[in-house]
Amino acid sequence: MTQLRAERVTHYFGGLCAVSDFNLELERGALMGIIGPNGAGKTTVFNIITGVYRATEGSIYFDGDEIIGKTPDRIVAMGISRTFQNIRLFNELSVLDNIRIAHYAGSRYNPFEALLRIGRYKAEERRIREHSYELLALFNMDVLASTTARNLPYGQQRRLEIVRALATGPSLLLLDEPAAGMNPREVDQLTDFIRWIRRTFNLTIILIEHQMRLAMAVCERLMVLDFGAVIAEGPPKVIQTHPLVLEAYLGEKVPV
Amino acid sequence: MIYLLQQALNALQLGSIYALIALGYTMVYGILSMINFAHGDFFMVGAFLCFIVATFMQLPFLPALLISMAGVALLGVIVERVAYKPLRQAPRVSAIITALGVGIFLENFTLALSPYPKHVPTIIENTTISLGGLTMSSLQTIIIVLSIVMMTVLHFIVQHTKVGMAMRAISWDKNVAPLMGVPVNHIISITFALGSGLGGVAGMLYSMAYPVIDPYMGIIVGWKAFISAVVGGIGNIRGAMLGGYILGSVEVLVAAFLPSTYRDFVAFSLLLVLLIFRPYGIFGKPRTQKV
Amino acid sequence: MDEPREGKLRWMPAVFLAAGLAVSFAIPQYNLLNQYVQLIIMYAGINIILALSLNLINGYMGEFSVGHAGFMSVGAYIASFLTVRIFPPGAETLLFPVAVTAGGIGAALLGLVVAIPSFRTRGDYLAIVTLAFVMIVKSALENIDAVGGARGFLGMNKMTTLPWVFLWTVLTVWIIRNFIYSNYGRGVLSIREDEIASSLMSVNTRQVKLLTFTVSAFFAGVAGALFAHVLQFINPRMFDIIKSTDMLVMVYLGGVGSIAGSILGASVFTILLEVLRPLEAWRMVLMPLVLVLLMLFRPRGIMGLREMALFVPSSDKSNSAGKVKQA
Repeated sequence: MTQLRAERVTHYFGGLCAVSDFNLELERGALMGIIGPNGAGKTTVFNIITGVYRATEGSIYFDGDEIIGKTPDRIVAMGISRTFQNIRLFNELSVLDNIRIAHYAGSRYNPFEALLRIGRYKAEERRIREHSYELLALFNMDVLASTTARNLPYGQQRRLEIVRALATGPSLLLLDEPAAGMNPREVDQLTDFIRWIRRTFNLTIILIEHQMRLAMAVCERLMVLDFGAVIAEGPPKVIQTHPLVLEAYLGEKVPV
Repeated sequence: MIYLLQQALNALQLGSIYALIALGYTMVYGILSMINFAHGDFFMVGAFLCFIVATFMQLPFLPALLISMAGVALLGVIVERVAYKPLRQAPRVSAIITALGVGIFLENFTLALSPYPKHVPTIIENTTISLGGLTMSSLQTIIIVLSIVMMTVLHFIVQHTKVGMAMRAISWDKNVAPLMGVPVNHIISITFALGSGLGGVAGMLYSMAYPVIDPYMGIIVGWKAFISAVVGGIGNIRGAMLGGYILGSVEVLVAAFLPSTYRDFVAFSLLLVLLIFRPYGIFGKPRTQKV
Repeated sequence: MDEPREGKLRWMPAVFLAAGLAVSFAIPQYNLLNQYVQLIIMYAGINIILALSLNLINGYMGEFSVGHAGFMSVGAYIASFLTVRIFPPGAETLLFPVAVTAGGIGAALLGLVVAIPSFRTRGDYLAIVTLAFVMIVKSALENIDAVGGARGFLGMNKMTTLPWVFLWTVLTVWIIRNFIYSNYGRGVLSIREDEIASSLMSVNTRQVKLLTFTVSAFFAGVAGALFAHVLQFINPRMFDIIKSTDMLVMVYLGGVGSIAGSILGASVFTILLEVLRPLEAWRMVLMPLVLVLLMLFRPRGIMGLREMALFVPSSDKSNSAGKVKQA
C-alpha cells in the first residue's frame, strides 16, 4: 500500500531550481535512502515534505491526503516526523521537555484548563510525562531526563533528536544525515539501530545520506539526486554500478 | 495647479529631511542588520548642536553645518564603539534594547541639561522668491538642494569608492569580508560616521525650518524617517531616499484633507500595513531562512 | 513518576495567601505604614504584573515587544471609562473587579491583533510593529473626545487598594506559572529555542503566539486598570514608549524567563526610582544607562532563565522554564 506519493514536485529558490520534477512512490514499511552530492537538493525534499517550504509546483499525498500547503505542525500531526542534518534540539531545555514538547499536537486539554489547572489538565500532563519517560527509558536516556540538552555529548544529542521525532508518534520518519560526524564503527551500530527502530515503532523510513556506506548497508531502495533531479533509482546493488551515479560522485570518466 | 505645486514643494522639503535621516537607518541596517533605534535622537542632538553654535558662538551657516555634522558623526562613532560593538555576536534582542536605551539616555540627558524647549535663532535671512504665484523661501531651497547634494555624494561614496566597496562587501557577508582584507571595524565606524553625520545635518535643517526644539523631537521625526526607510526597503540606499519623499508626500496630503492630529496615526498605520504585507519594502528582497 | 513535595507543604500556598491578604487589609486599616510607603507598595505590585506580562513575550517566548504600554493604556482607559461613566454611582466600588477584568479583556483582544504580525516577523521587525502599535493607540486616544482626547481622563475614585493589588498580583503569578508549566508554555519555550524545529515537533506556533500575546496583554491591561485607579488621572502621553522601556528595565534587570526575576526586577526598580528621587531629572538618565549596562554585562538579568522552587509546580520538578534555584 502506498503511503507517500510525490508527483512532479518542483521547487525554485528565486531563479535556482533546487528540486525538479521529483516523483516518488513509497510503500508502507519501506526503508528508502536518498543520496547525492552536497547541494543536490536532498534536504530541500525533506523541507517540502514536512511543510517548511511550499513547493513551487507538484503535489504530495500522504495516506491519500494532499499535504502541500499544510503547515508543518499539521503535517507532523498526520504522522510525518523528522530529524535535522545539523542538530536542532531545544538547547536550553531539559531532555524531558524536549520530548514533552513533541507531544503538543497529541495533548487533549485546552488553554483554559491549562491556565486554571482544571479538567483534563492533570491527567493529560501525567500521561505525557509517563509516555516521555517510557520513550526515554527505551533508549536508555531516562536517567538524563533533567539534563539540559546542550550539555549532552554529541552522540546523545543525535539520539535525543531521534527520540524526540518518535515522540510525535509518526508512521513515516525522515532522517537527515543521521551518520554525520560518526566514525565507521558508530556508523555500523547505527545500521542496526535504524533497523531496530523501524521494527519497534512500525515505521516507514526515508534516510538522507551524504556518504554511501550507511545508505548501501541499510536501505532497500536508493534514489540518487544530482542538481535537484533524480538521476537513478533502484536497489543498492544497481545504484552502486550505475554509470550516472559514478559520474555524479566521481566526475566524468576521462577517456584513456 | 499653483496650490498643487506649492504642496509638492512642501512635500519635497519634508521628504528631504526624512530621506536624510532614513539614510542613517538604512546604512547601519545594511551593514550590521541592526536597527539603530537611537538614530532619531542623533538627529535631535544635531538640532541642539545647531542651537548651541548659533546662540553662543553666532556662527554663520556653513561652519554651523559642519559642526553639527561632525559632532553627530563623532557621537555615532562613539556610541557604536562603546555600546553596539560588544554586542555584535550577542542575540539581536540585546542590540535592540541597547539602542533603545541609548536613545532614551540621549533624550533624558538633554532634558536634564535643558528642561525647557529652546528657540533656535535665525541663521540665514529667510527671503521668499515668487514665481508666478508659487512662493519658495530661500530656506526651503537650501533644504532641498543641500539634501539632494548630500545624497548624491553619499551615493557616489557607496558606489564608486574603495570605502563604499568595502561597505557593500560587509553588507553582503560579514564573515567573509574580513577574510578578503576588509577592515570591518574601521568600515563600520565610517558607516556610522556618515549615517549619523547626515542625521546631524537633518537635525540642523529641521531646526532652521521649525525653530522650536526639545529633547523628544527626535522620537516622532526619527520614526517617520524609519518608516521611510522601511517603505523603500531597509538596507537599500536608493529606497531610503525614495521612501523619504513618499512619506513626505503622504503627510502633506493627509494634512491637506484631515485634521493635523491624524497625521501620526496615518503614518504609523501605513507602517503597520506595510510591515504585514510587504515587510521588505519597495526595493528590498525577502530573506529566506535556512533549515 | 516522582511526585515530590506533598503532604506538609501542600497547604503552604493557602497559608501564604491568607496571611498576605490579612496583612494587606491590616496595613491600611490600622495605618501600619504611612500613605507614601503604601503607595509605593501598590506601584511595586502593579509593576510586578507588568514585568510578568512582558516577560512572557520577551523572556519566555524570546520575541520582542515594546507594545505593552499600549496594552496598559487600553486597560486603563476601559476600566476608567466603566467606573466613571457606565457603572451606577455607588456601585462602582463593588463592580471594580469587573472594570479591571474588562480592561484586561479589552487589552487581550488587541493582543490578538498584535500577535498576527508575529507569525511572520521576529526580532527587530516585531519590535517596530509593536512600537507602531503604541504610537497608533496613543494617537487614537488623543483623537477620542469621549475620553478627554489629549487632555486626559479623570474622575476615578481611588479604588485600587492594597488587598486588590495583592490579589491581582498573586493571581497573575499563579496563572502565568500555570501557563508556563503546561503544554502551551513548553510550546512558548520551544519557540524561543528554535521556532522551525518547534513547528516540526508538532507545536502549533500560531496558536501558541496568539495565546501568549492574549494572556500577556490581558495582564498588562489589568495593570493599567489598577494604575489608573491609584493615580486617578490618565492621559495618552503617560503610555508612550518610555513606559514600555521602564518595563524592559524591570524584566531585564530581574531576569528573562523567570517569575522570581520579574518580581525582583519590578520591586528593585520601583524602590530605586523612589530612592533616587532627589536626583530629579538625572534619575531618568540613570534608567536607560542601567538598561544599556545590563545588556553589555548581564544580558539575561539577575535571575536569567532560573527559577525559585516556590514558583515551580510541585508536579514538575525537572522543569525547563529554567534551572530551579533553591531558595
